[in-house]
Amino acid sequence: MLTKLNLNQNTVNKARQSAARVAADTQSFIDRHTTVTVERAVCRLLGVDGVNAFEVPLPNVVVEHLHEKGLLPMGTALLLGAAMIETGLTPQQIAEELAAGRLDLSRVEIRDVETAHAAAANIARETAERIRANAAARRACLAEYGDKDAPYIYVIVATGDIYQDIIQARAAAVQGADVIAVIRTTGQSLLDYVPYGATTEGFGGTYATQENFRLMRAALDEVGAQEKRYIRLCNYCSGLCMPEIAAMGALERLDMMLNDALYGILFRDINMQRTIIDQYFSRVINSFAGVIINTGEDNYLTTADAVEEAHTVLASQFLNEQFALLAGLAPQQQGLGHAFEIDPDVEDGFLMELAQAQMAREIFPDAPLKYMPPTKFMTGNIFRGHVQDALFNAVTVLTGQKIHLLGMLTEAVHTPFLSDRALAIENARYIERTMRHLGEEISFREGGRVQVRAAEVLEKAAALLAEIERRGLFAALEAGVFADIKRPRDGGKGLSGVVRKAPQYRNPFVDLMKGGVAQ
Amino acid sequence: MSGNYNLNKTAFDTLLDLSKLRPYGDTMNDGKVQLSFTLPVADDERGAEAAKQLARKMGIADPNVAHHAPLDSSFTFYVVYGGVAHSVDYNAIQVVTVQEKTMDMEAVNAYIREHIGRKVVVVGASTGTDAHTVGIDAIMNRKGFAGHYGLERYEMIEAHNLGSQVPNEELLLRARELKADVLLVSQTVTQKDIHISNLTGLIELLEAEGERQNYIVICGGARIGHELAKELGYDAGFGVGKFAEDVATFFATELARRSGAK
Repeated sequence: MLTKLNLNQNTVNKARQSAARVAADTQSFIDRHTTVTVERAVCRLLGVDGVNAFEVPLPNVVVEHLHEKGLLPMGTALLLGAAMIETGLTPQQIAEELAAGRLDLSRVEIRDVETAHAAAANIARETAERIRANAAARRACLAEYGDKDAPYIYVIVATGDIYQDIIQARAAAVQGADVIAVIRTTGQSLLDYVPYGATTEGFGGTYATQENFRLMRAALDEVGAQEKRYIRLCNYCSGLCMPEIAAMGALERLDMMLNDALYGILFRDINMQRTIIDQYFSRVINSFAGVIINTGEDNYLTTADAVEEAHTVLASQFLNEQFALLAGLAPQQQGLGHAFEIDPDVEDGFLMELAQAQMAREIFPDAPLKYMPPTKFMTGNIFRGHVQDALFNAVTVLTGQKIHLLGMLTEAVHTPFLSDRALAIENARYIERTMRHLGEEISFREGGRVQVRAAEVLEKAAALLAEIERRGLFAALEAGVFADIKRPRDGGKGLSGVVRKAPQYRNPFVDLMKGGVAQ
Repeated sequence: MSGNYNLNKTAFDTLLDLSKLRPYGDTMNDGKVQLSFTLPVADDERGAEAAKQLARKMGIADPNVAHHAPLDSSFTFYVVYGGVAHSVDYNAIQVVTVQEKTMDMEAVNAYIREHIGRKVVVVGASTGTDAHTVGIDAIMNRKGFAGHYGLERYEMIEAHNLGSQVPNEELLLRARELKADVLLVSQTVTQKDIHISNLTGLIELLEAEGERQNYIVICGGARIGHELAKELGYDAGFGVGKFAEDVATFFATELARRSGAK
């Protein structure tokens, strides 16, 4: 790609190296630990599903049992493998026996660690096969219909009722949406379990459940066949159940998942050790399933000022990139995030937005960047709001952003009406069409406002990353380097679900899935 | 003739009469409004007629369907203009407002110094399952919002922002610990009226614990007004277009009043 910003490559390299060392340093901590949701994800991938008489998901039943008996450090795969050999039951049947109180895994003898691991690995390979088939089905559709060269139009449905979501999603697809994201109900991120079955009640969104994933996937495949386009489905791998939701997404062929290495720590007060361990396995699963992750840097700007804190966005993108690479995600699967959130009253704010978006494009040339619309300065003045969204759409097209989350003129008023979404899509398509190749015609003045702004943001990001490298990630988060939010190492939610692995621990899915998109 | 292509004599009185207040388009009392909506029917002449009839029932005498477009095979979007026949008596209207005048940051600080004589302790949170911090941040964060500094910047205010998804019980616990004067509660998600149950829950908790009188309790959010707040048992409510200084003016004067200061 031709560079328009004349960025200092030494500074880019320095920043990237700092981020790589921070990630590598943190990875050694990750490798020594597991968590309850990592183990529940292993359960799910070994075929455990359903709920007990009290609506407790069976993966929770199994993992709570192991945790209580002090067996979790050895890992779910080993214990289930040993139980399979001893009882001749499948993992699902073992979970049901546990739920009925007829089985105690602390009484199962592990005669031979290798044989027990092999029993679990046999099932793991079958699951990997199913996920591989999902990835192949996606590739086949894309080969048949072709993929879009222009930005993917990404819209949100958020009715709380999966059946209403489907009506809205189908209409959006017909209007031209390429990606449908089903927003999760507020509060789900802090549940230490994944609810079960189709759901029709939610607030500001719909529960992420495997059945809801399946229903929406089927609906989008249907409308996609009718429209001759592959409609991508997106959901959220964030919160206390990152790897479990990644597993569900892999099984039901989701195409994109929100997945940020630091978001839960900063914005949901989830314990930092917990999130860092969880994000790793969730990304290993995402990578194998061919999922494009979307990171959450836009959130920094809804809390802090978009002019002053722009460098934290870039620094976080560098960190997300390095953590993603360690989990096996290819650059083409890294939907690094940022947002159009500068106060409309700021003179030359548009130039700064342009600089930031172009900078991300040049620093992460292969990443399908995720660009988020204005929200903070949307006021209920829908007429101005529609213009703000139009400017945002212009930056998206000019700088080649890939995942284009459309702004709604009624942001700050209500969750989108059918018509709000249609107007947003009309706006985006108009700008995409009329400005299609404008970016190729533009170069920025040497040493001009746009170049200077990008250079400043890059310098500050590199300095911040150097500081994080010096302190170490956990200490830096304790000191509040991101968004002014300070988080104690042992504070926040979910720490009790972190355990240190025993020597005989093994996660068959990391071995099977890491290092590659399912082929 | 310049630009006036309408040769019909206007059928309405063009003098302003506040006892019969009507919307203004380009002529007094023309009653002109714009509205848009979606009907779950196909985009055809029958649908457009349905949109017109609906507008007439809303009191729009001669609706003009300016735009219609299909959103899906069985949903159509309409933009309608027309003159509304209704009017209201402006003179008879009385509204409940929080306060007449808002002091700026320095005036609030000076007021607290003079009338209270110590820092006012404010504890704020986005409560219940609400994950949005945008409202509470706009009021509390040092930086503030749209050029209006937040409470953290006020010299005479000790502000504690507990963030989002804070259960009412935890808010109260922290309020006790910090010896709070003021509780600020923000609610952004209003789908299916979940904000009402969250807000009511806090007041019920305070009353059950016998602590309602210990605090000035204020709520805020895009869909919250003073009237609703009062109805739910809050001391005040602040909606769109209100900033930290509006909130601070209210609780500073209210606190002074309660402590019987001059």
